[in-house]
Amino acid sequence: QDLSLPNGTPVDTSSPASSSSLLNRLQLDDDLDGETRDLFVTVDDPKKHVCTMETYITYRVTTKTTRAEFDLPEYSVRRRYQDFDWLRNKLEESQPTHLIPPLPEKFVVKGVVDRFSEEFVETRRKALDKFLKRITDHPVLSFNEHFNVFLTAKDLNAYKKQGMALLSKMGESVKYVTGGYKLRSRPLEFAAIGEYLDTFSLKLGTIDRIAQRIIKEQLEYLVELREYGPVYSTWGGLEVELSEPLEGASACIGNCCTALEELSEDMTEDFLPVLREYILYSESMKNVLKKRDQVQAEYEAKLEAVALKKEDRPKVPTDVEKCQDRVECFNADLKADMERWQNNKRQDFRQLLMGMADKNIQYYEKCLTAWESIIPLLQDKPETK
Amino acid sequence: MEDCLAKKMEITVLEAEKRTGKNAMNMQETYTAYLIETRAVESQSEGQCAPVDSLWRRYSEFELLRNYLSVTYPHIVVPPLPEKRADFVWHKLSADNMDPDFVERRRIGLENFLLRVASHPVLCQDKIFYSFLTQEGGWKEMVNETGFQLKADSRLKALNATFRVKNPDKRFTELKHYSDELQSVISHLLRVRARVADRLYGVYKVHGNYGRVFSEWSAIEKEMGDGLQSAGHHMDVYAASIDDILEEEEHYADQLKEYLFYAEALRAVCRKHELMQYDLEMAAQDLTSKKQQCEELATGTVRTFSLKGMTSKLFGQETPEQREAKIKVLEEQIQEGEEQLKSKNLEGRDFVKSAWADIERFKEQKNHDLKEALISYAVMQISMCKKGIQVWTNAKECFSKM
Repeated sequence: QDLSLPNGTPVDTSSPASSSSLLNRLQLDDDLDGETRDLFVTVDDPKKHVCTMETYITYRVTTKTTRAEFDLPEYSVRRRYQDFDWLRNKLEESQPTHLIPPLPEKFVVKGVVDRFSEEFVETRRKALDKFLKRITDHPVLSFNEHFNVFLTAKDLNAYKKQGMALLSKMGESVKYVTGGYKLRSRPLEFAAIGEYLDTFSLKLGTIDRIAQRIIKEQLEYLVELREYGPVYSTWGGLEVELSEPLEGASACIGNCCTALEELSEDMTEDFLPVLREYILYSESMKNVLKKRDQVQAEYEAKLEAVALKKEDRPKVPTDVEKCQDRVECFNADLKADMERWQNNKRQDFRQLLMGMADKNIQYYEKCLTAWESIIPLLQDKPETK
Repeated sequence: MEDCLAKKMEITVLEAEKRTGKNAMNMQETYTAYLIETRAVESQSEGQCAPVDSLWRRYSEFELLRNYLSVTYPHIVVPPLPEKRADFVWHKLSADNMDPDFVERRRIGLENFLLRVASHPVLCQDKIFYSFLTQEGGWKEMVNETGFQLKADSRLKALNATFRVKNPDKRFTELKHYSDELQSVISHLLRVRARVADRLYGVYKVHGNYGRVFSEWSAIEKEMGDGLQSAGHHMDVYAASIDDILEEEEHYADQLKEYLFYAEALRAVCRKHELMQYDLEMAAQDLTSKKQQCEELATGTVRTFSLKGMTSKLFGQETPEQREAKIKVLEEQIQEGEEQLKSKNLEGRDFVKSAWADIERFKEQKNHDLKEALISYAVMQISMCKKGIQVWTNAKECFSKM
């Protein structure tokens, strides 16, 4: 029974929670105003490559599409983290007025985290998959040229080098004036977004700390439980009639330990990374807001300069006009992206928090089963055996 | 069991009260007194209630009672008292003797002690025990007048016997070994359980922080706000629930503690047996050596080396009259010794028989009680799991409305 979502992602039906997350993902698709999807991207199949210079992981990126912009209907390429990072930078450069989704953290402290452990690789894979899906969902970003090349090119490195040369030739100025110009007045809606993001990332940071603390406390609880269970077993060894009940209690506590371990693992692998992703998202969004401010500042400065010159010009100079256009474009793009972001955020957190509740429910259900199953064992009378 | 006191009389330790008074050294002290209420169980007639008797006792009087019973009935596994000082506590619980929770649990423990004694086929018939329950004044003097303290075996003697006894009853040796192991394993269990409780407390309480942060976050959200806020409330409920859960678990810990202390009572019976056996072996040994001495004096052969023998060799033999006198004394002593040995033997066998009967009774009681304790512990865990499922299901419902 191979279930897959409309966008091509295979569905993991091994856990009961997956049916609810399946529902959530379908809802996400419904939110796109009944748009028929014509681009599906998946990240899977991590593989380790050992070379003389370095060891690294590549992921398979599969694309299925009916869009004219693509030569073929299907593509399958291998990409490593570096490539995703390159893509993100390219998107930021070429689409400065849009919100670019975040990547999972680039640097990991060597020795603390094992970059090649199954858990780490899987966590990263999920985040990279999310990253590409968010771009795919975006009406502007998904048509970006660099994105297209990322999905289709056999040799991405060659393209990267070419791109660098082009950049230096064109000298495209994506650098905005830094500092110097003070903003007259920030439109209310962008001021509000800025304030919102500040508080939002603060609260997420707090939640991250709480979640980490809970995991820590749970692991310490687990350590004690692991000592607790076996003592019942030792006691059982001393007794005759009580031997089975005590062994039963010991086994029961052992099952609870396993359930707790699974809960902590799930929280570490599924909950914390998504939280951190949104913190990163907030950071990059604040940067985009700053850029917008700078574009507006540049426009206002130019406007002021023209007014001071008091030149007898019938119409506004073209470069000032261009600036005004840039401001208006930026504002429009940003507004649209913010709305989309808010909606996705609500979906994502709804799913995330429901998932957290689910995992805790499952943990307690496993423990409940364990304890309920030993009641008959404890009540057993030796005569009835 | 038909004649046991528990069937004839309702015993309750009703309440505890803080008192101040002067102690033996005329210094101010604060102690807790417990109200013991007794009522005769009569055949139920319409609306007729038997009169209630009550008196106050403090912990030290309970201790005196138990000491008296242990000395007077050394072949009985005497029920233990609840702990004098709070032990095996996890951090939230107070180790203070005046703490109301500790006093309450001790009240229950003392009541349990009295019920155990009252339902014991032998102990319930004791007059001193009956007076403890019914006669407030002059009870202490009555106990001391029994002179039981003189009958108590010295610790040193008992220790000596443990190391030197040659042929103790194998069953008692095994039982002693078992009671040592039992003490060790229950102590370990109680220690770890306290740490487990501590850690579990931490896990639950940290969740309370979610309540506050969800509330703050909901303030900046439009559609998500309500869901977050109400979910936060459930997190607060979750965090608060651990207090009751752990308090209930203390009862389980108390049940285990009772048997931890029972192990000591079991040990005491084994020690008594060792002491009696050692006494017997010493008496037999003494008798044998006296008989030998007698024989040597009578036949003139010195089989065993003795300083007296040597000195008499060096400084000249005794006169026949002196020797006759000595033999007479020895013969008397031997006669006495043989009678004593006979009665000690009888005592020993009686002790083993009655002790073993009580030990069998105790084993059955222990198996029953501990099974019940495990069942109630499992029931507590089940209840805790169900509460957890309920809270998280409620929270999930709130999240779904985000």
